[in-house]
Amino acid sequence: MNRTSPLALLFHACVTIFMLAPLVIVCLVAFTPENTLSIPWHAFSLRWFTAVFEHSDLMQSFWNSLGVAAVAATLSVLLAVPAGIAIARHEFPGRQALNGLLLSPLIVPHLVLGVAMLRLFALFGARGSVLWLTLAHVVIITPYALRLVVAALSGLDRSAEQAALSLGASHATVFRRITLPLMLPGITGGWMLAFINSFDEVTMSIFITSPQTVTLPVRMYMIATESIDPMMAAVSALMVAVTAVAMIVLDRLYGLDKILVGQH
Amino acid sequence: MSRATNTPSRWAPAALSLPALALFALMVLLPLALTTLLSFQQYDQDKGVQGGFTLASYALVLGDSYYYEIFFRTGWIAALTTLICVLVGAPEAYILSRMNKPWRSIFLLVILAPLLVSVVVRAFGWSLLLGPNGVVNGVFELFGIGKVKMLYTPTAVVVALVHVMLPFMVIPVWTSLQKLDPMVENAALSLNASQWTVMRRIVLPQITPGLLSGSLIVFGLSASALAIPGLLGGRRLKMVATLIYDEYLHELNWPLGAAIALALLVINLVVMLSYNAVLEGSYAKRMGRT
Repeated sequence: MNRTSPLALLFHACVTIFMLAPLVIVCLVAFTPENTLSIPWHAFSLRWFTAVFEHSDLMQSFWNSLGVAAVAATLSVLLAVPAGIAIARHEFPGRQALNGLLLSPLIVPHLVLGVAMLRLFALFGARGSVLWLTLAHVVIITPYALRLVVAALSGLDRSAEQAALSLGASHATVFRRITLPLMLPGITGGWMLAFINSFDEVTMSIFITSPQTVTLPVRMYMIATESIDPMMAAVSALMVAVTAVAMIVLDRLYGLDKILVGQH
Repeated sequence: MSRATNTPSRWAPAALSLPALALFALMVLLPLALTTLLSFQQYDQDKGVQGGFTLASYALVLGDSYYYEIFFRTGWIAALTTLICVLVGAPEAYILSRMNKPWRSIFLLVILAPLLVSVVVRAFGWSLLLGPNGVVNGVFELFGIGKVKMLYTPTAVVVALVHVMLPFMVIPVWTSLQKLDPMVENAALSLNASQWTVMRRIVLPQITPGLLSGSLIVFGLSASALAIPGLLGGRRLKMVATLIYDEYLHELNWPLGAAIALALLVINLVVMLSYNAVLEGSYAKRMGRT
Protein backbone atom coordinates (compact mmCIF):
# COMPACT_ATOMS: atom_id res chain seq x y z
CA MET A 1 0.00 0.00 0.00
CA ASN A 2 1.12 3.48 -0.82
CA ARG A 3 1.16 5.52 2.38
CA THR A 4 1.97 9.18 2.68
CA SER A 5 5.73 9.65 2.58
CA PRO A 6 7.64 11.85 5.08
CA LEU A 7 8.38 14.32 2.31
CA ALA A 8 4.67 14.64 1.57
CA LEU A 9 3.95 15.14 5.26
CA LEU A 10 6.56 17.91 5.43
CA PHE A 11 4.98 19.57 2.40
CA HIS A 12 1.57 19.24 4.00
CA ALA A 13 2.86 20.75 7.27
CA CYS A 14 4.26 23.75 5.37
CA VAL A 15 0.96 24.31 3.54
CA THR A 16 -0.98 24.07 6.81
CA ILE A 17 1.33 26.58 8.51
CA PHE A 18 1.07 28.86 5.49
CA MET A 19 -2.74 28.76 5.59
CA LEU A 20 -3.00 29.38 9.33
CA ALA A 21 -0.11 31.82 9.85
CA PRO A 22 -1.88 35.11 9.00
CA LEU A 23 -4.93 34.23 11.12
CA VAL A 24 -2.84 33.09 14.08
CA ILE A 25 -0.59 36.16 14.00
CA VAL A 26 -3.61 38.47 13.95
CA CYS A 27 -5.08 36.77 17.01
CA LEU A 28 -1.73 36.94 18.86
CA VAL A 29 -1.02 40.59 18.11
CA ALA A 30 -4.55 41.52 19.23
CA PHE A 31 -3.51 40.78 22.83
CA THR A 32 -0.47 43.03 22.86
CA PRO A 33 -0.19 45.54 25.72
CA GLU A 34 2.13 47.74 23.59
CA ASN A 35 1.23 50.60 21.28
CA THR A 36 2.95 48.90 18.37
CA LEU A 37 2.15 45.80 16.39
CA SER A 38 4.09 43.25 18.38
CA ILE A 39 3.62 39.71 19.58
CA PRO A 40 2.90 39.73 23.33
CA TRP A 41 5.63 37.36 24.55
CA HIS A 42 5.68 38.52 28.16
CA ALA A 43 2.37 40.08 29.08
CA PHE A 44 -0.95 40.30 27.40
CA SER A 45 -3.77 42.79 27.65
CA LEU A 46 -7.30 43.31 26.45
CA ARG A 47 -6.85 47.05 25.98
CA TRP A 48 -7.18 46.89 22.18
CA PHE A 49 -10.43 44.94 22.42
CA THR A 50 -11.74 47.66 24.74
CA ALA A 51 -10.58 50.20 22.17
CA VAL A 52 -12.65 48.42 19.50
CA PHE A 53 -15.82 48.55 21.58
CA GLU A 54 -15.24 52.24 22.30
CA HIS A 55 -14.62 53.09 18.64
CA SER A 56 -18.04 54.37 17.57
CA ASP A 57 -17.36 54.21 13.80
CA LEU A 58 -16.28 50.58 14.00
CA MET A 59 -19.24 49.60 16.15
CA GLN A 60 -21.62 51.42 13.81
CA SER A 61 -20.11 49.54 10.87
CA PHE A 62 -20.36 46.27 12.74
CA TRP A 63 -24.11 46.75 13.25
CA ASN A 64 -24.48 47.83 9.61
CA SER A 65 -22.75 44.66 8.46
CA LEU A 66 -24.76 42.47 10.78
CA GLY A 67 -28.08 43.97 9.65
CA VAL A 68 -27.24 43.97 5.94
CA ALA A 69 -25.94 40.39 6.07
CA ALA A 70 -28.97 39.06 8.01
CA VAL A 71 -31.55 40.73 5.77
CA ALA A 72 -29.64 40.02 2.54
CA ALA A 73 -29.15 36.35 3.42
CA THR A 74 -32.86 35.99 4.21
CA LEU A 75 -33.89 37.69 0.96
CA SER A 76 -31.42 35.61 -1.06
CA VAL A 77 -32.88 32.40 0.36
CA LEU A 78 -36.42 33.62 -0.38
CA LEU A 79 -35.35 34.17 -4.00
CA ALA A 80 -33.19 31.06 -4.28
CA VAL A 81 -35.77 28.54 -3.06
CA PRO A 82 -38.38 29.17 -5.80
CA ALA A 83 -35.71 29.79 -8.46
CA GLY A 84 -33.89 26.63 -7.36
CA ILE A 85 -37.13 24.63 -7.63
CA ALA A 86 -37.68 26.00 -11.14
CA ILE A 87 -34.11 25.12 -12.16
CA ALA A 88 -33.89 21.71 -10.51
CA ARG A 89 -37.40 20.44 -11.21
CA HIS A 90 -38.71 22.02 -14.36
CA GLU A 91 -37.70 21.82 -17.96
CA PHE A 92 -38.33 25.12 -19.70
CA PRO A 93 -36.75 27.22 -22.43
CA GLY A 94 -34.07 29.50 -20.99
CA ARG A 95 -33.42 27.27 -17.99
CA GLN A 96 -29.66 27.22 -18.63
CA ALA A 97 -29.63 30.97 -19.24
CA LEU A 98 -31.50 31.60 -15.99
CA ASN A 99 -29.07 29.37 -14.11
CA GLY A 100 -26.13 31.17 -15.74
CA LEU A 101 -27.51 34.60 -14.88
CA LEU A 102 -28.17 33.70 -11.25
CA LEU A 103 -24.67 32.23 -10.88
CA SER A 104 -23.00 35.08 -12.82
CA PRO A 105 -21.84 36.98 -9.70
CA LEU A 106 -19.37 34.12 -9.22
CA ILE A 107 -17.79 34.88 -12.61
CA VAL A 108 -18.25 38.63 -13.09
CA PRO A 109 -15.64 40.20 -10.78
CA HIS A 110 -17.13 41.88 -7.70
CA LEU A 111 -15.07 44.90 -8.67
CA VAL A 112 -16.96 45.21 -11.97
CA LEU A 113 -20.30 44.65 -10.22
CA GLY A 114 -19.31 47.33 -7.71
CA VAL A 115 -18.62 50.04 -10.29
CA ALA A 116 -21.67 48.99 -12.31
CA MET A 117 -23.93 49.32 -9.28
CA LEU A 118 -22.29 52.61 -8.34
CA ARG A 119 -23.48 53.94 -11.71
CA LEU A 120 -26.98 52.61 -11.13
CA PHE A 121 -27.13 54.08 -7.62
CA ALA A 122 -25.86 57.43 -8.86
CA LEU A 123 -28.62 57.57 -11.47
CA PHE A 124 -31.31 56.47 -9.02
CA GLY A 125 -30.05 58.74 -6.25
CA ALA A 126 -29.66 55.56 -4.18
CA ARG A 127 -26.23 56.22 -2.73
CA GLY A 128 -26.37 56.07 1.03
CA SER A 129 -29.47 53.88 1.02
CA VAL A 130 -29.21 50.75 3.16
CA LEU A 131 -32.00 49.14 1.15
CA TRP A 132 -30.09 49.32 -2.13
CA LEU A 133 -26.87 48.23 -0.47
CA THR A 134 -28.73 45.21 0.90
CA LEU A 135 -30.17 44.38 -2.53
CA ALA A 136 -26.66 44.55 -4.01
CA HIS A 137 -25.53 42.08 -1.36
CA VAL A 138 -28.49 39.83 -2.20
CA VAL A 139 -27.23 39.65 -5.78
CA ILE A 140 -23.71 38.53 -4.89
CA ILE A 141 -24.75 35.96 -2.26
CA THR A 142 -27.70 34.41 -4.10
CA PRO A 143 -25.39 32.04 -6.07
CA TYR A 144 -24.28 30.40 -2.81
CA ALA A 145 -27.85 29.95 -1.56
CA LEU A 146 -28.99 28.77 -4.99
CA ARG A 147 -26.28 26.12 -5.27
CA LEU A 148 -27.16 24.61 -1.91
CA VAL A 149 -30.90 24.70 -2.66
CA VAL A 150 -30.38 22.97 -6.02
CA ALA A 151 -28.05 20.43 -4.38
CA ALA A 152 -30.63 19.75 -1.67
CA LEU A 153 -33.37 19.28 -4.27
CA SER A 154 -31.42 16.97 -6.53
CA GLY A 155 -30.43 14.74 -3.62
CA LEU A 156 -34.04 14.47 -2.51
CA ASP A 157 -35.98 11.24 -2.79
CA ARG A 158 -39.21 11.99 -4.59
CA SER A 159 -41.13 8.90 -3.60
CA ALA A 160 -42.53 10.51 -0.42
CA GLU A 161 -43.90 13.41 -2.47
CA GLN A 162 -45.41 11.08 -5.04
CA ALA A 163 -47.00 8.98 -2.32
CA ALA A 164 -48.58 12.07 -0.74
CA LEU A 165 -49.85 13.29 -4.11
CA SER A 166 -51.35 9.91 -4.93
CA LEU A 167 -53.12 9.97 -1.57
CA GLY A 168 -54.81 13.20 -2.59
CA ALA A 169 -52.62 15.83 -0.93
CA SER A 170 -52.58 19.15 -2.75
CA HIS A 171 -49.34 20.50 -4.27
CA ALA A 172 -49.25 23.18 -1.59
CA THR A 173 -49.57 20.63 1.21
CA VAL A 174 -46.90 18.39 -0.32
CA PHE A 175 -44.52 21.35 -0.56
CA ARG A 176 -45.23 22.57 2.97
CA ARG A 177 -45.25 19.20 4.71
CA ILE A 178 -42.70 17.20 2.72
CA THR A 179 -40.51 19.09 0.25
CA LEU A 180 -39.72 22.08 2.45
CA PRO A 181 -38.79 20.06 5.56
CA LEU A 182 -36.55 17.81 3.45
CA MET A 183 -34.86 20.86 1.92
CA LEU A 184 -34.36 22.53 5.28
CA PRO A 185 -30.71 21.57 5.91
CA GLY A 186 -29.81 22.89 2.46
CA ILE A 187 -31.75 26.09 3.05
CA THR A 188 -30.17 26.72 6.47
CA GLY A 189 -26.71 25.95 5.11
CA GLY A 190 -27.39 28.29 2.18
CA TRP A 191 -28.52 31.04 4.54
CA MET A 192 -25.41 30.73 6.70
CA LEU A 193 -23.06 30.66 3.72
CA ALA A 194 -24.85 33.66 2.20
CA PHE A 195 -24.65 35.47 5.54
CA ILE A 196 -20.90 34.89 5.90
CA ASN A 197 -20.23 35.98 2.33
CA SER A 198 -22.24 39.15 2.80
CA PHE A 199 -20.61 39.89 6.14
CA ASP A 200 -17.12 39.50 4.62
CA GLU A 201 -17.74 41.27 1.32
CA VAL A 202 -15.45 44.24 0.68
CA THR A 203 -14.65 44.63 -3.03
CA MET A 204 -18.13 45.53 -4.24
CA SER A 205 -19.23 47.29 -1.05
CA ILE A 206 -16.30 49.68 -1.15
CA PHE A 207 -17.88 51.35 -4.18
CA ILE A 208 -21.47 51.51 -3.03
CA THR A 209 -21.33 52.34 0.67
CA SER A 210 -21.56 55.91 1.88
CA PRO A 211 -20.42 57.26 5.25
CA GLN A 212 -23.66 56.20 6.99
CA THR A 213 -23.77 52.71 5.50
CA VAL A 214 -20.11 51.65 5.63
CA THR A 215 -19.87 47.94 6.42
CA LEU A 216 -17.26 46.49 8.75
CA PRO A 217 -14.80 45.10 6.15
CA VAL A 218 -14.95 48.39 4.22
CA ARG A 219 -14.34 50.37 7.42
CA MET A 220 -11.40 48.10 8.23
CA TYR A 221 -10.02 48.58 4.73
CA MET A 222 -10.30 52.34 5.10
CA ILE A 223 -8.59 52.29 8.50
CA ALA A 224 -5.86 49.93 7.30
CA THR A 225 -4.93 52.09 4.31
CA GLU A 226 -4.37 55.07 6.60
CA SER A 227 -2.80 53.80 9.78
CA ILE A 228 -2.22 50.41 11.26
CA ASP A 229 -2.38 49.94 15.00
CA PRO A 230 -3.11 46.92 17.23
CA MET A 231 -6.78 47.86 17.26
CA MET A 232 -6.99 46.51 13.70
CA ALA A 233 -5.60 43.24 15.01
CA ALA A 234 -8.25 43.19 17.72
CA VAL A 235 -11.12 43.74 15.21
CA SER A 236 -9.61 41.12 12.96
CA ALA A 237 -9.35 38.66 15.84
CA LEU A 238 -13.01 39.31 16.66
CA MET A 239 -13.96 38.65 13.03
CA VAL A 240 -11.96 35.41 13.05
CA ALA A 241 -13.80 34.44 16.25
CA VAL A 242 -17.23 35.26 14.79
CA THR A 243 -16.39 33.30 11.64
CA ALA A 244 -15.15 30.36 13.70
CA VAL A 245 -18.42 30.26 15.68
CA ALA A 246 -20.45 30.49 12.47
CA MET A 247 -18.36 27.67 10.98
CA ILE A 248 -18.95 25.39 13.94
CA VAL A 249 -22.71 26.02 13.76
CA LEU A 250 -22.63 25.44 10.00
CA ASP A 251 -20.62 22.25 10.45
CA ARG A 252 -23.10 20.88 12.98
CA LEU A 253 -26.07 21.81 10.78
CA TYR A 254 -24.88 20.65 7.42
CA GLY A 255 -21.25 19.50 7.36
CA LEU A 256 -18.82 22.22 6.45
CA ASP A 257 -16.77 20.16 4.00
CA LYS A 258 -19.98 19.42 2.07
CA ILE A 259 -20.80 23.14 1.80
CA LEU A 260 -17.32 24.31 0.87
CA VAL A 261 -16.52 21.53 -1.56
CA GLY A 262 -20.03 21.72 -2.94
CA GLN A 263 -22.07 18.98 -4.48
CA HIS A 264 -22.14 19.53 -8.19
CA MET B 1 -32.36 13.26 -11.95
CA SER B 2 -36.00 12.91 -12.64
CA ARG B 3 -37.47 16.11 -13.79
CA ALA B 4 -40.93 16.97 -13.20
CA THR B 5 -44.11 15.61 -14.33
CA ASN B 6 -46.15 17.13 -11.54
CA THR B 7 -46.02 20.65 -12.95
CA PRO B 8 -49.18 22.42 -11.87
CA SER B 9 -49.02 24.72 -14.86
CA ARG B 10 -46.59 25.51 -17.62
CA TRP B 11 -46.17 29.00 -16.23
CA ALA B 12 -44.89 27.65 -12.91
CA PRO B 13 -41.15 27.98 -13.70
CA ALA B 14 -41.66 31.55 -14.88
CA ALA B 15 -43.57 32.47 -11.74
CA LEU B 16 -41.04 30.73 -9.50
CA SER B 17 -38.00 32.39 -11.03
CA LEU B 18 -39.54 35.80 -11.66
CA PRO B 19 -38.47 37.51 -8.39
CA ALA B 20 -34.84 36.43 -8.76
CA LEU B 21 -34.88 37.21 -12.47
CA ALA B 22 -36.27 40.70 -11.86
CA LEU B 23 -33.65 41.48 -9.22
CA PHE B 24 -30.80 40.25 -11.43
CA ALA B 25 -32.08 42.17 -14.43
CA LEU B 26 -32.25 45.33 -12.33
CA MET B 27 -29.01 44.87 -10.40
CA VAL B 28 -26.73 43.00 -12.83
CA LEU B 29 -27.82 43.41 -16.45
CA LEU B 30 -28.99 47.02 -16.24
CA PRO B 31 -25.90 48.31 -14.36
CA LEU B 32 -23.54 46.49 -16.75
CA ALA B 33 -25.38 48.01 -19.72
CA LEU B 34 -25.27 51.47 -18.09
CA THR B 35 -21.54 51.07 -17.43
CA THR B 36 -20.94 50.11 -21.06
CA LEU B 37 -22.76 53.29 -22.12
CA LEU B 38 -20.81 55.29 -19.53
CA SER B 39 -17.50 54.14 -20.99
CA PHE B 40 -18.43 55.84 -24.27
CA GLN B 41 -19.37 59.14 -22.67
CA GLN B 42 -17.23 62.25 -22.62
CA TYR B 43 -15.42 63.37 -19.55
CA ASP B 44 -14.36 66.88 -18.77
CA GLN B 45 -12.01 67.58 -15.90
CA ASP B 46 -14.02 70.57 -14.71
CA LYS B 47 -17.54 69.63 -15.67
CA GLY B 48 -17.43 65.88 -15.03
CA VAL B 49 -19.32 63.34 -17.12
CA GLN B 50 -20.84 64.79 -20.28
CA GLY B 51 -23.25 63.11 -22.65
CA GLY B 52 -22.39 62.23 -26.19
CA PHE B 53 -20.52 59.35 -27.72
CA THR B 54 -16.75 59.10 -27.81
CA LEU B 55 -14.04 56.47 -27.87
CA ALA B 56 -11.74 58.82 -25.95
CA SER B 57 -11.53 56.66 -22.83
CA TYR B 58 -10.62 53.56 -24.82
CA ALA B 59 -8.15 55.54 -26.94
CA LEU B 60 -6.53 56.81 -23.74
CA VAL B 61 -6.13 53.29 -22.33
CA LEU B 62 -4.86 51.82 -25.60
CA GLY B 63 -2.54 54.70 -26.40
CA ASP B 64 -0.70 55.08 -23.11
CA SER B 65 2.14 52.83 -21.98
CA TYR B 66 1.23 53.68 -18.36
CA TYR B 67 -1.93 51.57 -18.68
CA TYR B 68 -0.15 48.82 -20.64
CA GLU B 69 2.28 48.50 -17.77
CA ILE B 70 -0.53 48.13 -15.23
CA PHE B 71 -2.37 45.55 -17.33
CA PHE B 72 0.87 43.65 -17.92
CA ARG B 73 1.74 43.68 -14.21
CA THR B 74 -1.76 42.49 -13.29
CA GLY B 75 -1.47 39.73 -15.90
CA TRP B 76 1.83 38.34 -14.68
CA ILE B 77 0.92 38.60 -11.01
CA ALA B 78 -2.35 36.71 -11.68
CA ALA B 79 -0.51 34.13 -13.84
CA LEU B 80 2.22 33.59 -11.25
CA THR B 81 -0.41 33.23 -8.52
CA THR B 82 -2.22 30.65 -10.65
CA LEU B 83 1.01 28.72 -11.31
CA ILE B 84 1.94 28.60 -7.62
CA CYS B 85 -1.61 27.55 -6.72
CA VAL B 86 -1.35 24.65 -9.22
CA LEU B 87 2.08 23.60 -7.90
CA VAL B 88 0.98 23.75 -4.26
CA GLY B 89 -2.75 23.05 -4.44
CA ALA B 90 -2.66 19.90 -6.58
CA PRO B 91 -0.13 17.96 -4.44
CA GLU B 92 -1.86 19.20 -1.28
CA ALA B 93 -5.25 17.99 -2.51
CA TYR B 94 -3.68 14.64 -3.39
CA ILE B 95 -2.01 14.30 0.04
CA LEU B 96 -5.33 15.21 1.71
CA SER B 97 -7.18 12.60 -0.31
CA ARG B 98 -4.72 9.89 0.82
CA MET B 99 -5.04 10.72 4.51
CA ASN B 100 -6.86 8.57 7.05
CA LYS B 101 -10.38 9.35 8.11
CA PRO B 102 -10.38 11.86 10.97
CA TRP B 103 -7.31 13.77 9.76
CA ARG B 104 -8.62 14.13 6.26
CA SER B 105 -11.71 16.17 7.22
CA ILE B 106 -9.79 18.13 9.84
CA PHE B 107 -7.06 19.26 7.46
CA LEU B 108 -9.49 19.82 4.62
CA LEU B 109 -11.26 22.28 6.94
CA VAL B 110 -7.95 23.89 7.93
CA ILE B 111 -7.13 24.48 4.27
CA LEU B 112 -10.63 25.64 3.29
CA ALA B 113 -11.78 27.55 6.36
CA PRO B 114 -9.71 30.71 5.67
CA LEU B 115 -12.06 31.10 2.70
CA LEU B 116 -14.71 32.24 5.16
CA VAL B 117 -12.55 34.87 6.85
CA SER B 118 -12.76 38.35 5.34
CA VAL B 119 -10.01 39.07 2.84
CA VAL B 120 -9.25 42.31 4.70
CA VAL B 121 -8.37 40.32 7.82
CA ARG B 122 -6.13 38.00 5.82
CA ALA B 123 -4.39 40.90 4.06
CA PHE B 124 -3.83 42.50 7.44
CA GLY B 125 -2.37 39.24 8.76
CA TRP B 126 0.09 39.12 5.87
CA SER B 127 1.10 42.72 6.42
CA LEU B 128 2.00 41.73 10.00
CA LEU B 129 3.98 38.70 8.80
CA LEU B 130 5.79 40.35 5.91
CA GLY B 131 6.47 43.78 7.42
CA PRO B 132 10.01 45.04 8.12
CA ASN B 133 9.77 43.85 11.73
CA GLY B 134 7.46 40.96 10.97
CA VAL B 135 7.81 37.29 11.79
CA VAL B 136 9.15 36.31 8.38
CA ASN B 137 11.97 38.84 8.57
CA GLY B 138 12.67 37.63 12.09
CA VAL B 139 13.12 34.10 10.75
CA PHE B 140 15.31 35.41 7.92
CA GLU B 141 17.55 37.17 10.45
CA LEU B 142 17.85 33.97 12.50
CA PHE B 143 19.26 32.29 9.41
CA GLY B 144 21.54 35.25 8.73
CA ILE B 145 19.78 36.30 5.55
CA GLY B 146 19.07 39.77 6.85
CA LYS B 147 15.99 41.88 6.33
CA VAL B 148 14.21 41.67 3.02
CA LYS B 149 11.73 44.27 1.89
CA MET B 150 8.56 42.38 1.05
CA LEU B 151 5.65 44.60 2.06
CA TYR B 152 4.56 46.92 -0.78
CA THR B 153 6.33 44.72 -3.36
CA PRO B 154 4.86 42.19 -5.82
CA THR B 155 6.15 39.44 -3.49
CA ALA B 156 3.71 40.40 -0.74
CA VAL B 157 0.84 40.65 -3.23
CA VAL B 158 1.59 37.23 -4.76
CA VAL B 159 2.03 35.54 -1.35
CA ALA B 160 -1.26 36.92 -0.04
CA LEU B 161 -3.09 36.16 -3.30
CA VAL B 162 -1.86 32.55 -3.16
CA HIS B 163 -3.17 32.35 0.40
CA VAL B 164 -6.58 33.65 -0.64
CA MET B 165 -6.78 31.58 -3.85
CA LEU B 166 -5.36 28.22 -2.73
CA PRO B 167 -8.74 26.89 -1.50
CA PHE B 168 -10.21 27.60 -4.95
CA MET B 169 -7.57 25.28 -6.42
CA VAL B 170 -7.77 22.59 -3.73
CA ILE B 171 -11.59 22.29 -3.97
CA PRO B 172 -11.89 21.30 -7.68
CA VAL B 173 -8.80 19.05 -7.56
CA TRP B 174 -10.13 17.39 -4.42
CA THR B 175 -13.51 16.91 -6.11
CA SER B 176 -11.97 15.23 -9.15
CA LEU B 177 -9.78 13.03 -6.92
CA GLN B 178 -12.92 11.77 -5.17
CA LYS B 179 -13.88 10.06 -8.41
CA LEU B 180 -10.54 8.23 -8.60
CA ASP B 181 -10.73 4.72 -7.22
CA PRO B 182 -7.51 4.08 -5.23
CA MET B 183 -7.67 0.48 -6.47
CA VAL B 184 -6.75 1.68 -9.96
CA GLU B 185 -3.50 3.09 -8.59
CA ASN B 186 -2.86 -0.08 -6.63
CA ALA B 187 -3.51 -2.18 -9.72
CA ALA B 188 -1.00 -0.13 -11.70
CA LEU B 189 1.57 -0.42 -8.89
CA SER B 190 1.07 -4.17 -8.63
CA LEU B 191 1.64 -4.40 -12.38
CA ASN B 192 5.07 -2.86 -11.76
CA ALA B 193 4.33 0.69 -12.80
CA SER B 194 6.62 3.15 -11.04
CA GLN B 195 5.20 5.73 -8.63
CA TRP B 196 6.03 8.36 -11.23
CA THR B 197 4.17 6.51 -14.00
CA VAL B 198 1.11 6.17 -11.76
CA MET B 199 1.17 9.92 -11.13
CA ARG B 200 1.62 10.79 -14.79
CA ARG B 201 -0.70 8.23 -16.36
CA ILE B 202 -3.46 7.85 -13.77
CA VAL B 203 -3.60 10.69 -11.25
CA LEU B 204 -2.73 13.59 -13.54
CA PRO B 205 -5.32 12.82 -16.27
CA GLN B 206 -7.90 12.39 -13.53
CA ILE B 207 -7.27 15.80 -11.96
CA THR B 208 -6.77 17.74 -15.21
CA PRO B 209 -10.38 19.02 -15.35
CA GLY B 210 -10.10 20.11 -11.72
CA LEU B 211 -6.78 21.86 -12.35
CA LEU B 212 -8.33 23.55 -15.35
CA SER B 213 -11.37 24.94 -13.60
CA GLY B 214 -9.30 25.82 -10.54
CA SER B 215 -6.82 27.76 -12.68
CA LEU B 216 -9.62 29.70 -14.35
CA ILE B 217 -11.19 30.70 -11.05
CA VAL B 218 -7.83 31.60 -9.51
CA PHE B 219 -6.70 33.64 -12.50
CA GLY B 220 -10.01 35.50 -12.77
CA LEU B 221 -10.20 36.30 -9.07
CA SER B 222 -6.52 37.29 -8.85
CA ALA B 223 -6.69 39.62 -11.83
CA SER B 224 -9.64 41.47 -10.32
CA ALA B 225 -8.63 41.37 -6.64
CA LEU B 226 -8.79 44.79 -5.01
CA ALA B 227 -8.18 44.49 -1.28
CA ILE B 228 -4.92 42.52 -1.50
CA PRO B 229 -3.05 44.85 -3.88
CA GLY B 230 -4.71 47.82 -2.18
CA LEU B 231 -3.41 46.88 1.26
CA LEU B 232 -0.17 45.04 0.43
CA GLY B 233 0.93 46.65 -2.82
CA GLY B 234 0.98 50.21 -1.58
CA ARG B 235 0.31 53.22 -3.76
CA ARG B 236 3.13 52.70 -6.24
CA LEU B 237 2.38 49.10 -7.14
CA LYS B 238 -0.80 49.70 -9.08
CA MET B 239 -2.86 46.87 -10.49
CA VAL B 240 -5.94 47.11 -12.71
CA ALA B 241 -8.31 46.84 -9.74
CA THR B 242 -6.62 49.60 -7.75
CA LEU B 243 -6.44 51.70 -10.92
CA ILE B 244 -10.21 51.37 -11.41
CA TYR B 245 -10.73 52.21 -7.73
CA ASP B 246 -8.66 55.39 -8.10
CA GLU B 247 -10.38 56.47 -11.31
CA TYR B 248 -13.82 56.07 -9.73
CA LEU B 249 -13.25 57.31 -6.20
CA HIS B 250 -10.27 59.70 -6.43
CA GLU B 251 -9.94 61.02 -9.98
CA LEU B 252 -13.72 60.84 -10.50
CA ASN B 253 -13.14 60.07 -14.18
CA TRP B 254 -15.95 57.53 -14.36
CA PRO B 255 -15.94 56.98 -18.14
CA LEU B 256 -12.24 56.04 -18.00
CA GLY B 257 -12.85 53.81 -14.98
CA ALA B 258 -15.77 52.18 -16.79
CA ALA B 259 -13.65 51.55 -19.90
CA ILE B 260 -10.89 49.90 -17.82
CA ALA B 261 -13.44 47.84 -15.85
CA LEU B 262 -15.02 46.58 -19.07
CA ALA B 263 -11.59 45.81 -20.51
CA LEU B 264 -10.85 43.77 -17.38
CA LEU B 265 -14.18 41.95 -17.69
CA VAL B 266 -13.63 41.19 -21.39
CA ILE B 267 -10.03 40.04 -20.90
CA ASN B 268 -11.18 37.84 -18.03
CA LEU B 269 -13.91 36.25 -20.13
CA VAL B 270 -11.64 35.80 -23.18
CA VAL B 271 -8.87 34.17 -21.10
CA MET B 272 -11.41 31.88 -19.48
CA LEU B 273 -13.08 30.86 -22.72
CA SER B 274 -9.92 30.34 -24.79
CA TYR B 275 -7.98 28.59 -22.04
CA ASN B 276 -11.00 26.39 -21.51
CA ALA B 277 -11.29 25.58 -25.23
CA VAL B 278 -7.57 24.82 -25.66
CA LEU B 279 -7.15 22.68 -22.57
CA GLU B 280 -10.44 20.88 -22.92
CA GLY B 281 -9.59 20.14 -26.54
CA SER B 282 -6.22 18.64 -25.70
CA TYR B 283 -7.67 16.83 -22.72
CA ALA B 284 -10.41 15.27 -24.84
CA LYS B 285 -7.82 14.27 -27.44
CA ARG B 286 -5.57 12.60 -24.91
CA MET B 287 -8.42 10.79 -23.27
CA GLY B 288 -9.54 9.64 -26.70
CA ARG B 289 -6.10 8.23 -27.53
CA THR B 290 -5.39 6.24 -24.42
